[in-house]
Amino acid sequence: MPPKKERVPMPEQDPKVRAKNFLEVPLGYTPEMAMEEAKRCLQCKKPACVCGCPVNINIPGFIKLIAEEKFAESARKIKETNALPAVCGRVCPQESQCEAKCVLNKAGRPIAIGRLERFAADFERNNNLVQIPKKAPKNGKRVAVIGSGPSGLTVAGDLVLLGYDVTIFEAFHKPGGVLMYGIPEFRLPKEIVEKEVDYLVKLGVDLRLNEIAGKTVSVDELLGEEKFDAVFIGVGAGLPKFLGIPGENFGGMYSANEYLTRSNLMKAYRFPEYDTPIVRGKKVCVIGGGNVAMDAARTALRLGGEVFIVYRRSREEMPARLEEVHHAEQEGVQMLLLTNPIEVMGNDKKMVCGLKCSRMELGEPDESGRRKPVAIPNSDFIIECDLVINAIGAGANPLLTTTTKGLELNKWGYITADEWGKTSKPGVWAGGDIVTGMATVIEAMGAGKRSAMDIHEKLMGVKKIAAAPEALPEDMSCDKK
Amino acid sequence: MSKILSMRELVPTIYEAVVEAPDIAKKAKAGEFLVVMPDEKGERVPLTIADFDRVKGTITIVFMAIGTSTHKLAKMKAGDSYYAFVGPLGHASEIENYGTVVLVAGGVGTAPIYPIAREMKKAGNKVVCIQGARTKELLFWEDKIASVCDAHIITTDDGTFGRKALVTEPLKEVCEREKVAIVYAIGPVPMMKFCSLTTKPFGVKTIVSLNSIMIDATGMCGGCRVNVAGKTQFTCVDGPEFDGHQVDWDLLTSRQRIYVEEEKCSLQRYVEQGGRE
Ligand SMILES: Cc1cc2nc3c(=O)[nH]c(=O)nc-3n(C[C@H](O)[C@H](O)[C@H](O)COP(=O)(O)OP(=O)(O)OC[C@H]3O[C@@H](n4cnc5c(N)ncnc54)[C@H](O)[C@@H]3O)c2cc1C
Ligand SMILES: Cc1cc2nc3c(=O)[nH]c(=O)nc-3n(C[C@H](O)[C@H](O)[C@H](O)COP(=O)(O)OP(=O)(O)OC[C@H]3O[C@@H](n4cnc5c(N)ncnc54)[C@H](O)[C@@H]3O)c2cc1C
Ligand code: SF4
Ligand code: SF4
Ligand code: FES
Repeated sequence: MPPKKERVPMPEQDPKVRAKNFLEVPLGYTPEMAMEEAKRCLQCKKPACVCGCPVNINIPGFIKLIAEEKFAESARKIKETNALPAVCGRVCPQESQCEAKCVLNKAGRPIAIGRLERFAADFERNNNLVQIPKKAPKNGKRVAVIGSGPSGLTVAGDLVLLGYDVTIFEAFHKPGGVLMYGIPEFRLPKEIVEKEVDYLVKLGVDLRLNEIAGKTVSVDELLGEEKFDAVFIGVGAGLPKFLGIPGENFGGMYSANEYLTRSNLMKAYRFPEYDTPIVRGKKVCVIGGGNVAMDAARTALRLGGEVFIVYRRSREEMPARLEEVHHAEQEGVQMLLLTNPIEVMGNDKKMVCGLKCSRMELGEPDESGRRKPVAIPNSDFIIECDLVINAIGAGANPLLTTTTKGLELNKWGYITADEWGKTSKPGVWAGGDIVTGMATVIEAMGAGKRSAMDIHEKLMGVKKIAAAPEALPEDMSCDKK
Repeated sequence: MSKILSMRELVPTIYEAVVEAPDIAKKAKAGEFLVVMPDEKGERVPLTIADFDRVKGTITIVFMAIGTSTHKLAKMKAGDSYYAFVGPLGHASEIENYGTVVLVAGGVGTAPIYPIAREMKKAGNKVVCIQGARTKELLFWEDKIASVCDAHIITTDDGTFGRKALVTEPLKEVCEREKVAIVYAIGPVPMMKFCSLTTKPFGVKTIVSLNSIMIDATGMCGGCRVNVAGKTQFTCVDGPEFDGHQVDWDLLTSRQRIYVEEEKCSLQRYVEQGGRE
C-alpha cells in the first residue's frame, strides 16, 4: 500500500541570510526526518530506482537500514558501490536519475533518495564512524589514474579494494576536480570532498598532487619506466570557451572557470586572508543558463553584487537543475531571458563597464530540438556592469591529449573510447568529461566504475559482471545501455 | 612538497633559491616555467626556470620581491618546503643554430636569459648578451652570463657600471653592425616592448617571454590571455614566448593591472602583520 505521505522537506538557510554567506544552503535531515522519509520507501522487489542510478546503488538496501536507525551501516551499504555518497547526495540531478525512476514518482512523491544518501554519509562522517572496508589481497598490478575528479576517484576507489596499487596524479594542489575548483562551498562544502579523498588515501591510494600528466610525466613514461599496468585518464573538460565578441579581454571579464577557480580553489572569496584576489563586481552579468552559470551568479551575489543572468533562450530551455535556478532566484539573482550579449564595453583603463546585448525571440526548432533564438532588429541595449562572467560551456583541454601519442580523439578533441572506457591506445582507459564533454558527477563516476571493471577483466581475467556482485539486490539486473 | 636546498639574496630585493625537484629537473628545458605556492593560503606564482641540474635533481629560481606572494617566497629559508612546486610548464625556447643570436636581459630577466644563452651557445650560435640593470647594485649573475656568451655588454641606467644606457641602445648598434638572426628579450614589459620596437625596422625576429597573471597555468581558465597577431592566446600553454613584434603590449599591461588595488591592500596587510622583516 503506497503511503500517501508527502516527501519530508529538507530545512534550508533563509534566502536573505544565505545570500550573504558561503555556508551550505540545504541543512540536511535530522535522524527523525531521515527515518520518517525512509519509512515511506516501499522496498520494491524489483526496485526501478536502482536502474536510474548510473552506479546502481542498492537503494532499498540502504534506505531500509536508515528506517531501522542503522545509519552508519546504511552508509557502508552505499559505499559498496559509491565511494562519494556525501557528494552525490548533494549534487546529483536526482530528478532525472534515481528519483525519476522511483515508483512513487508516478504520484509525484518519489523517495528523497539523494537527501537520504547525504544523510547517511554525513552521519557516518560526522560521528567518526567511517570504517576501512576489507580489501582483497594485493594482486601485484599497478594502475595510474590521471585526474582526481569524480571519474578518477571512482576508478581509484574500486581498484584499490580489488587489490591494485593505485596512484592518482593530479595537476592541482588539491584533489577533487570540479568538486573542488568548480562547485562552490555553499553547494558542496570542500571539507566533505577532502574527507572523501582522505578515505581513499586511508584505503591505500597514493595521491601525487602537483604532477601534470603530459608535462611532469607522460602517459608513455607511466606505462614504461614507471611500470604501471594500466592508465586511466579522467582529466575533465577544462578548456574555457569564449563568445568571440569584441571586448572579451577587458579586465573584469572572466571565464566561469577562472572566476570559480579563484573563488573556490584559491579561496579568493576570503581575500585578503587568502592571497588570491578576485574582482568583486557591484553589478554583474553572468552569461549562460546552466549549473555553471548559476554557481557563478550565486557566488557573485555573495561577494556583494547585484547579479543578472543573461541567457539567450527562454526559461524552459535553461539546462540548469531546477533547484539551482530556484535557489538563485530566491536569493535575488535576476534573469534576463531572451537576451544575447554582443559586445563587452570597457573604460579607459580597459576594465569592463558594460555589456551590450540584443533582445531575442524564439524561431524554428534547431538540431537540438530547442527553438532557436533570433535577434530582434534594432533592439540593442547596454547593461551597465563592472563584472562579466562567461559560463557558456567548456571544451576539451589539449594539454594531455596532444602530448600522448596514439590516442584517438574525436573532431572536438575529446578522447574516443568504447562503453568501457577503452581507448585506441593499449593499456589506456578514459572516462568522464574528457570523453563525453561536460556531463554530470554521477555519469563521470559511472564511467569510472565501468573502466575499473574492464581494467580488472583485462589485467586479472575477472569477468566484468562479477566485479561488484554483492552490491546489487538479488534479482536485480539493469540493462546496460 | 619541494625542499629549498639553498636560498640567498643575490642583490637587494632579488632572491635565488635552489630547490630539490628531481622529476622537474629531469624534464626542464630553457624557456619553460613553474608554478610555486609559498603556503596553502598563497597564490600560484609563475616563475621561469632559471637553471636546472639533471644529475643533482635541482631547479634554480630567481625572483624579485614585489608583492605579497614574492615577499612570502623571499622569507622562506633553506630547509623549508614550498607548498606546491609544479612544472615544467609552457613551451621551451626553440634552440637551433641560427647564426648570431642576441639575448637581452633586463633586471630579474637575467635569470631566464641564462639557460637560453647556454643552450644557444651549445647549439653553435654566436651569442651576444646585453645585460641591463637600473644600477650597479642590482646586477647579478654577470659571471654566469659571461661564461656562456661570446660578447657581453652590460648597461646601467645611471652609469654606475658598464655603459650608461638603456639596453635598447647597444641592441640597435648590434643590429646595425651585424647580421642578427634572432633576438630574445626578457625583462619588464616596457623593456621587452622597446626591444621589439628597436628590432622591428631591422626585420629581426624578436622573442619575448610574457608574464601575464596566471592561476592554473594549464590552459583551463583563460586568465592569462594575451593578444598576439590579432589572436587571443593563452600565455601558459601557447607561450610564454611569443613574437614581440606581434604582441598587444597595451592589453598585457592593462591585464597586469586588474588587481592593483587588491595587491596594495594585500601587501599592506602582510607588512602590518609583521610578515616583512
Ligand atoms: C561549476 C560547475 C558546476 C557543476 N555542477 C554540477 C552538478 O550540480 N551536478 C552534477 O552532477 N554535475 C555538475 N557539474 C559537472 C561535473 O562536475 C562534471 O561532469 C564532473 O566533475 C566531471 O568529472 P571528471 O572526473 O570527468 O573530471 P573533473 O571533475 O573535471 O576533474 C578532472 C581533474 O583532472 C585534473 N587534470 C586535468 N588535466 C590533468 C593532467 N594533465 N594531469 C593531472 N591532472 C589533470 C584536473 O585538475 C581535475 O582535478 C558541474 C560542473 C561545473 C564546472
Ligand atoms: C611565465 C612567467 C614567468 C615569470 N618568471 C619570473 C621570474 O623568473 N622571476 C620573477 O621575479 N618574476 C617572474 N614572473 C613574474 C611573477 O610571477 C610576478 O612577479 C609575481 O606573480 C608577483 O606576485 P606578487 O604577489 O609578489 O606581486 P603582486 O602583488 O601580484 O604585484 C605587485 C605589483 O607588481 C607589479 N607586477 C605584478 N605582476 C607583475 C608581473 N608579472 N611583472 C611585472 N610586474 C608585475 C604590479 O605593478 C603590481 O601592482 C613571471 C611571470 C610569468 C607569467
Ligand atoms: S548516486 Fe546519485 S543517482 Fe545514484 S542513488 Fe545516489 S543520488 Fe541517486
Ligand atoms: S523505487 Fe522508490 S519505493 Fe521502490 S525501492 Fe526504490 S526508492 Fe523505494
Ligand atoms: S593561467 Fe589559466 S589558462 Fe593560463
